[in-house]
Amino acid sequence: MIRPPGAGSGPGIPARRMFTGDDRLALKKILYSEKWAPYIFVLPFVISLLVFFLYPMITTIIMSFQEVISLNNTRFIGLRNYERLFDVHFYNALKTNTIYTVLTIALTIPIPLLIAVLLNSRLTKGKTFFKTVLFIPALTSVIVAGIPFRLMFGELDTALVNSVLIDLGLKPQKWLLNYWTGMMLMVILHVWRNAGIFMVYYIAGLQNVPDELYESASIDGAGAFKKFRYITLPMLKPILIYTLTITIFEGYRMFGESYVLWNESMPSDIGLTIVRYIYQQAFQRNDLGFGSAIGITLLLIVLVINLVQLRYFGLFRKERD
Amino acid sequence: MKRKMTLIVACLLVFGLVLSACSGGGKSGGGSTPSGSPGTQTGDQSKPAQPVKMTLWTFQDQHKNYFEDALQRWNSQHPDKPIDLSIETYPNEDMHNKLLIALQSGVGAPDIVDININFFHNFLKGDIQLLELNDIVEPELDKFIKSRFDIYSKDGKYYGIDFHVGATVVYYNKEILDKAGVNPDDIKTWNDYIEAGKKVVAATGVPMTAFEVTDQRPFWPLIVQSGGDYLGPDGSVTLDSDINVQILQKMLDMMTVDKIAIDMPGGRTSAEEFFAFMNNGGIASLIMPSWYMSRFLDYMPDLKGKIVVRSMPVWEEGQPKSVGIGGTGTAITKQTKNPELAKEFLAHAKLSKESNIRIWEMLRFDPIRWDVWDAPELSQPDPYFNNEKIFEVILQAKDNLPSPNMGELAAAAQDLVKNQVMFKVLKEKSETPEQALKAAADELRKMQR
Repeated sequence: MIRPPGAGSGPGIPARRMFTGDDRLALKKILYSEKWAPYIFVLPFVISLLVFFLYPMITTIIMSFQEVISLNNTRFIGLRNYERLFDVHFYNALKTNTIYTVLTIALTIPIPLLIAVLLNSRLTKGKTFFKTVLFIPALTSVIVAGIPFRLMFGELDTALVNSVLIDLGLKPQKWLLNYWTGMMLMVILHVWRNAGIFMVYYIAGLQNVPDELYESASIDGAGAFKKFRYITLPMLKPILIYTLTITIFEGYRMFGESYVLWNESMPSDIGLTIVRYIYQQAFQRNDLGFGSAIGITLLLIVLVINLVQLRYFGLFRKERD
Repeated sequence: MKRKMTLIVACLLVFGLVLSACSGGGKSGGGSTPSGSPGTQTGDQSKPAQPVKMTLWTFQDQHKNYFEDALQRWNSQHPDKPIDLSIETYPNEDMHNKLLIALQSGVGAPDIVDININFFHNFLKGDIQLLELNDIVEPELDKFIKSRFDIYSKDGKYYGIDFHVGATVVYYNKEILDKAGVNPDDIKTWNDYIEAGKKVVAATGVPMTAFEVTDQRPFWPLIVQSGGDYLGPDGSVTLDSDINVQILQKMLDMMTVDKIAIDMPGGRTSAEEFFAFMNNGGIASLIMPSWYMSRFLDYMPDLKGKIVVRSMPVWEEGQPKSVGIGGTGTAITKQTKNPELAKEFLAHAKLSKESNIRIWEMLRFDPIRWDVWDAPELSQPDPYFNNEKIFEVILQAKDNLPSPNMGELAAAAQDLVKNQVMFKVLKEKSETPEQALKAAADELRKMQR
């Protein structure tokens, strides 16, 4: 009954034409044809892309030029939403995101890399244990992980961190009510959660570095640091670029860390990020038009930064070769 | 080993695909069954009445308890139209965001919903998705404080019914005042209050009061008492008026010059940190609306018997002795399938005489229906509050009890005061009262189209 796949492309075709009225056969023909089958297999992805990404993106672009009174009642107001971006809150949000991104890059790339190199070394004992322990935070959600953080860094003298500070003879802090301590909390939360994943990426990369390279380097008299600088780093370049790209992206679209730490109010824009600003304007102030304008601006900012960064690392040149 | 794993993963994937295909089929198959059930339902509807399913969202656990009580009373009084009300409590901001999205998109909103006054005017913009309640409110309006309905209205239409007047009072910790030899009954003006505060600080080292720095009290009641406000009656921005600047300067002076006030631990009176701080006798007095009594009762058990309630001191003779602050407008959404029943239930739960007495009994909220104010239940002494008849304090102020003006910008104005003005002036001290109020007012004016 069932023809082997591929048989249809040969002399079978004229014979089948007789049965075009039969739905099942027609279906089979499509499913087994080399021309159409791939499209059918990617169809679910294409549909979800169109419905959940492209359509919302286009409506967001349209809405950013509108005053949205309700979803069925909109009015075009030209560039007015974009003009409103020149305010102090958007500037504060952009500043917070940029500082946050720079700090997370400075921490989430070297620290996991160091851990990965240590764990990859033959001398380390209990590798599986350390890998598991370091990876576990990655499994928790930001919200779940953030709540104990918020409690630990509570402002009363009895909160964990403050009580330790007092025992050490230092001054207790109101962690969430100062810009830089607040920033520190967000960065710590992010690094703690992401170090595990990045470590796994780097370990995978390190295991692909052939041992012969290190051996010949040793013969040439290279020390541990030189081996790291001239063998490990260049070999890890693709993974480093990947982690850098997603760190930039995650830094600019950060929401959860800020949301869990300043759930009710954000005094003086401490912890206000761009996505948080979208949320505030679109869903708390019921101004979807302005929210959309911020969203499109964020998209452009991240796009430009990532394009510059990828170009700088020569990723496009490689593809052209 | 590896092979086995791949096999298991592959099996799971295939299983997932089969399941997702089934769910599609299940929907179309399920479509045939409901057509049978309404027939059976209509058949025996004449005998025992089927409870009507409705949902109610609130952001306060205490409100939930109250509605459960109201529901029980409704179902025992109206066996002919019982309601199966599921009451869901969400965190304050989350609930309002969720509601806004549900109303915008046209699906998923509850039948009845508690809307915090901080956010209420966001829901009165554009196409209003709340039901107009004039037909249940108007017949009874003469027995109510009308200003408590005006704050939830637009163009003469009422959209929400409040729990309480929210008359602002001062809660004194008698134990601390006694140590300093201060009698709260002698405090008539704010200058008396400041002098008493200095005595308390000198004798006990405990600050007289604490101000919210990530919220808006006591700034809001203090300015309204003196005739200031965020917005004018016509909705114009008056946030940077001279009165507001003066009051905020006086508050700042209480912290820095008189040294009787501190910035509040936790930043606001709803923070867990503050409950613990107040409960441990951290400050000698607190200026808050009367609805805060319920928070004392629930969250500060150690202060039982130590708190005395007095009306607000005044700056000068003739000023109101209290201001109605805060509020929750219970509203009905247009998405309800039973608008009439929902209205009847809401009238029962929020407008009836019996309910307004229950609101006081259960929640210690000062009811908005004035013809219950002389009910015996309201003049009961309360053991928590020094065994005093606390409602009498509110009655002293009732003849002159203003509420703030509300308008389209109300939500944004409150947000700016909470997060920018109070924090920058009282906590960071990075801006003067005039600078901060001016900046916030300018931002509001920019929003006004």
